[in-house]
Amino acid sequence: MTTPLVEMKDIRISFGGVRAVDGVSIDLYPGEVVGLLGHNGAGKSTLIKVLSGAYRADSGEILIEGRKADIRSPADARRYNIETIYQTLALADNLPAPANLFLGRELRDRWGFLDDDRMEAETRRIMARLNPNFRKIKEPVSALSGGQRQSVAIARAVYFNAKILIMDEPTAALGVQETAMVAELIQQLKAQGLGIFLIDHDIHAVMKMCDRAHVMKNGQLVGTVRIADVTEDDLLGMIILGKMPERAVV
Amino acid sequence: MSEVTHPGLGSRRSMVEQLQLDMRLLGMLGAFALVILVFTVATGGTFLTPRNIFNITIQTVSVAIMATGMVFVIVMRHIDLSVGSLLAMCSAVMAMTQTQWLPQYFGLPLGHWAIAPLAILAGLVTGTAIGALHGWLAGYQGIPSFIVTLGGLLIWRNVAWYTTRGQTIGPLDQTLILFGGAEGILFPTWSWIIGIAATLVALWAIWSTRKRKESHGFPVKPLWAEAVLSALAAGAILGFVAILNAYQLPPGRLRRMFEARGETVPEGYSIGHGLPISVLLLILVVVAMTVIARKTRFGRYIYATGGNPEAAALSGINTRWLTVKVFALMGFLCGLSALVAQARLQNHGNDIGTLDELRVIAAAVIGGTALAGGVGTIYGAILGALIMQSLQSGMGMVGVDTPFQNIVVGLVLVLAVWIDAAYRKRLGVR
Ligand SMILES: Nc1ncnc2c1ncn2[C@@H]1O[C@H](COP(=O)(O)OP(=O)(O)OP(=O)(O)O)[C@@H](O)[C@H]1O
Ligand SMILES: [Mg+2]
Repeated sequence: MTTPLVEMKDIRISFGGVRAVDGVSIDLYPGEVVGLLGHNGAGKSTLIKVLSGAYRADSGEILIEGRKADIRSPADARRYNIETIYQTLALADNLPAPANLFLGRELRDRWGFLDDDRMEAETRRIMARLNPNFRKIKEPVSALSGGQRQSVAIARAVYFNAKILIMDEPTAALGVQETAMVAELIQQLKAQGLGIFLIDHDIHAVMKMCDRAHVMKNGQLVGTVRIADVTEDDLLGMIILGKMPERAVV
Repeated sequence: MSEVTHPGLGSRRSMVEQLQLDMRLLGMLGAFALVILVFTVATGGTFLTPRNIFNITIQTVSVAIMATGMVFVIVMRHIDLSVGSLLAMCSAVMAMTQTQWLPQYFGLPLGHWAIAPLAILAGLVTGTAIGALHGWLAGYQGIPSFIVTLGGLLIWRNVAWYTTRGQTIGPLDQTLILFGGAEGILFPTWSWIIGIAATLVALWAIWSTRKRKESHGFPVKPLWAEAVLSALAAGAILGFVAILNAYQLPPGRLRRMFEARGETVPEGYSIGHGLPISVLLLILVVVAMTVIARKTRFGRYIYATGGNPEAAALSGINTRWLTVKVFALMGFLCGLSALVAQARLQNHGNDIGTLDELRVIAAAVIGGTALAGGVGTIYGAILGALIMQSLQSGMGMVGVDTPFQNIVVGLVLVLAVWIDAAYRKRLGVR
């Protein structure tokens, strides 16, 4: 039995009176894609923001590769090789793609100054792989389409050799072709041994890409299932009714 | 097709493209040129004399220094209404340090060489500390910077008043006065040396940027475009030096200079002013602030935070600490401006820097800094300050009443932002 890459245990966090996440425990193994499902407002984004350092849980603990992790800020999460594609994309609209890709960990020359040329070259290199049609390297990302912006956010998450990748609705704004490319990318990263949390409302896509799924409802965990053991209807039942299918208990 | 039917238009457009000049910069330069043209005609040429250019330049320095800092503040989606009062506070501390505190408490005799550096240091530390306090209140305590600095506007001018007991402090230290403008000049020889050195640095920068782009295999401008840009840069720098060198010292000052050495002025002798030290200081500030904005993480984070504070925070940027640093830098620049302002006036008075907050904000905004945050350039703010000072001086020379002068400056401010907004809309940029 390998140690899980990530274990989040009994996480609780509330905003004012709202218990956004209420005692949820989830885990993730290397080389695994785990879906995080639930209706709107179920607490998925909030839960993964605890892992990515954007929020601090009121209680609960996080283990990374079996060791207790102290994640107090996004910078801490990055030190644990956790990369996140946020639902809001989290791009600085006034800056071009390279500045966004390297935001917070800019490449610098030997004098300590920003090396924009090298960042641009690296951006061209990775974008050629992720989205060959991407041309607008120099424009501020506010001038990009939703899908182009999304590919910048994806590029940022995969560039820095993540071990743990969190994708919060990564294909929401993508066309059919781009969505297929993301699916392929996820398979590649999985083969490299990354662990991936995937939040997606498209049950069909989840069935195709994920190995397991954690389902949440109203801030609580309905249950965890192996995708091979369930049908789409089972998953829908869990999401909508909060009901575990009888035959699938992990 | 259109290139064939309108060859002139087509090639002109592509020429601008190939030079890769910023359209906003061209627009501002155009506006500046228009102001100069109008007043040159209206004054029958007096506006463009070396003397007047020299005067406008030294009158712009104090506001321009602060405007560079205001760009960062506004880009971060903040505002600083306290800069005029903070300037007065720094000026008061500097004035008291040199005329009273150092001589009385530390026994340094008036005129001692250490007085100027210590007084300047005291002023800069005061400005930086107060700026940092503003930044802490805005960044860590969540008080809107509008309110923090509105309070600061009322507080610091009056703390300054108590610091000096409301008295005008002067005369000031003779070394310190060199930072004011007309008193501290470098004369033609040194001005040429500095001008030529600056030209070489500019040419080297253009050339090495090209080399670097080539080494990455990026497209570069055609050589002729690079040559035109180099010629423009060299022409601008050396032309500016030539104009300041052409402004001759008045006979009275020449006589005093020679008398101080126990000599008399030789027949037919005259010498130009050259670069004022204050202008050199401004140029250094502009270069430093531009490098910070474009080539450092600090600058990059300022722009990123202004563009999307949440994204900046999620990228691991400590936006609160950044706020403290930006306001501290603003305060430091207020200290520098205080030095230039009091040295130019040759004393510290209670009303020093009054209304400067409005001039500084207007300069930044006319220069293209967007109050919505995320957008703004240092050179834009300098051009903005120059445009405003030229307008004001020009109208004064033509004999426009002061109330009407203010009306015009107000109109220009609104017009500039209006044009900019329309331009952005057409480009589809925010
Ligand atoms: N910053 C916040 N302040 C207050 N309430 C919040 C905040 N963030 C989330 N919530 C609340 O917490 C609950 C869970 O929200 P969350 O964004 O995690 O849902 P989600 O599962 O990601 O939904 P969606 O599928 O719509 O993205 C919601 O009730 C939401 O209103
Ligand atoms: Mg969500």
